[in-house]
Amino acid sequence: MNHDPFYWGRPSDETYGHYNHAIANAKSQIPTSHTQQPIITGTSVLALKFKNGVAIAADNMGSYGSLLRFNNIERLIRVGTETIVGISGDISDLQYIERLLHQLQTEEEVYDSDGGHNLRAPHVHEYLSRVMYNRRLKMDPLWNAIIVAGFSDDRTPFLRYVDLLGVTYGSLALATGFGAHLAVPLLRKLVPYDADYEKVSEEQARVAIADSLRVLYYRDARSSDKYTFAVLTFENDKINVDYKQDLKVENQSWRFAENLIGYGSKQQ
Amino acid sequence: MNGISVDINHLKKGEVSLGTSIMAVTYKDGVILGADSRTTTGTYIANRVTDKLTQIHDTIYCCRSGSAADTQAVADIVKYYLQMHASQLPPGETPTTKVAASVFQEICYTNKDGLTAGIICAGYDKKNKGSVYSIPIGGSIHQQEYAIAGSGSTFIYGWCDKNYKRDMERDECITFIKTALSEAIKWDGSSGGVVRMVLLTEKGVERLIFYPDEYQA
Repeated sequence: MNHDPFYWGRPSDETYGHYNHAIANAKSQIPTSHTQQPIITGTSVLALKFKNGVAIAADNMGSYGSLLRFNNIERLIRVGTETIVGISGDISDLQYIERLLHQLQTEEEVYDSDGGHNLRAPHVHEYLSRVMYNRRLKMDPLWNAIIVAGFSDDRTPFLRYVDLLGVTYGSLALATGFGAHLAVPLLRKLVPYDADYEKVSEEQARVAIADSLRVLYYRDARSSDKYTFAVLTFENDKINVDYKQDLKVENQSWRFAENLIGYGSKQQ
Repeated sequence: MNGISVDINHLKKGEVSLGTSIMAVTYKDGVILGADSRTTTGTYIANRVTDKLTQIHDTIYCCRSGSAADTQAVADIVKYYLQMHASQLPPGETPTTKVAASVFQEICYTNKDGLTAGIICAGYDKKNKGSVYSIPIGGSIHQQEYAIAGSGSTFIYGWCDKNYKRDMERDECITFIKTALSEAIKWDGSSGGVVRMVLLTEKGVERLIFYPDEYQA
C-alpha cells in the first residue's frame, strides 16, 4: 500500500500500470469559449406594426467605439420575398447572420420549393432564435439584437425580437439599443394598446418612424442621419415591399442654438 | 493588496463629459476660437447645443474639453481672478491673454489628480495681438499659433497641419476652422451639433454660428 499523499485516491500502479500522462496533455475536444466584445457596431433598429403591414428602419453607421468609421453599412436584410431582418450590434456577426440567412433562403426556396412560398417571417425568426440561443449556451454569442419583420401565414403583420441572450418578444412597436429608450415611447403614442394596431395607417407609421430617427440622431452619439427604411404591406392579396435606401433625417431643429450663450452667469 | 489605487481616468458615476472638437487659430486681425456643441453622458447626448466657448474677460475666451463640471468650475475661478487683476491695473490697461492662461495652468497643474480638463485659452490684447495657449490634462502650458484639442481633434491633425497658414484673412480663417471642425464632427461620435465661433479683435467680440446643413461636407 502506498501511503504517499500524492497517491491518495489513485488506483495502484501494480494493478493498473503507470498513469498515462498523455491523457492530461491531450488536446481538448471541447472548443474554448469566447464571450467576446463587439468591435464595429451598429446602433438602433426601429420597427412598427400598422393596419396592413410593418415598417422597419435602421441607419447606415458602423462605429468603432467612438469613431464613426463606416457610413455605408446596410443593416436591413431582405430574406425571401416578404421578410426583412434588421440587425444591431457587432457588424462582423451581422455579416455572418447575412450568410446564414442567404443559405437558409437557398435551401428553402431554391432547392426545396414545392411550388408555394415557404420562407416567412415566423420561420426566419424561429430559426434565428435557435441559432442565437444555442450560441449563448456555448458562451460564444453572436453579439446582436435582431428584429424580424414580415407576415404570418394568415397574412397578419409579424414583428418579433431576438438577441444575443436568446431572449425573444413581440409587440406593436419594437426597437433595439437607444431606440428602445427613446423611440418606443414615441411609437407607442400612436396606439395605447397593442391589439389596436389596426387603427394605425401606413402614413402615420412612416411619420412616426421618421420622427423617431430624427430624435435618435439628436440624442444618440453613435447614430447617423443616413438610413434605410422598408415598409411591407399586404393589399389586394399581394405582399408589397417598399425598400428605400439613402434616406436622410429631415426637419432638424437647430436655429434656436444661436441664442443659447454660456452655461450659467451672463456672458457675451 | 498593496497600497491604494484610484482610477482618476474614468468619469465619476453620472458625470457629464465634453467629448469634443475645439480649436483656436491666430490670424491677421486677432484670434478665432471654434467648437462643436455636443455634451455626452456615455453615448447619450445630454446637450446638443452646448456653448463651449466661455468668456474669461472682455477679449479673452477659453475652449473647454474634458469633464463639463471641472472645466466650468475652473473657468469660473479664472474669470474671478482676472476680474480682480483687471481692477488693479492702471486705467486703460487690460489683462493679457498670457496672464489668464497662467492662472488656468496654476489651477490645472496643482489639482492635476482631481481634474479632467483640457483647455485652450485664447485672446486679443493690444501688445501681443492674438495669442493661443494650450493647457492639456497634466497642467502644462504651450503657446502655439493655432491649437486643436478634444477627442475629435485626433482626426484632423494631418489636415490642419497641411492647411494652416500664418496671418490668414478673416474669411480664410473662418473657412479653415469650419472645414476642420466639420471633419472632426464627421468622424467623432462625441462631437456634433452646431459649430460655434468667437472672433476676438481690437474691435471686440463677434459670435458666429454654423448649422449642420451649412458645414456638413
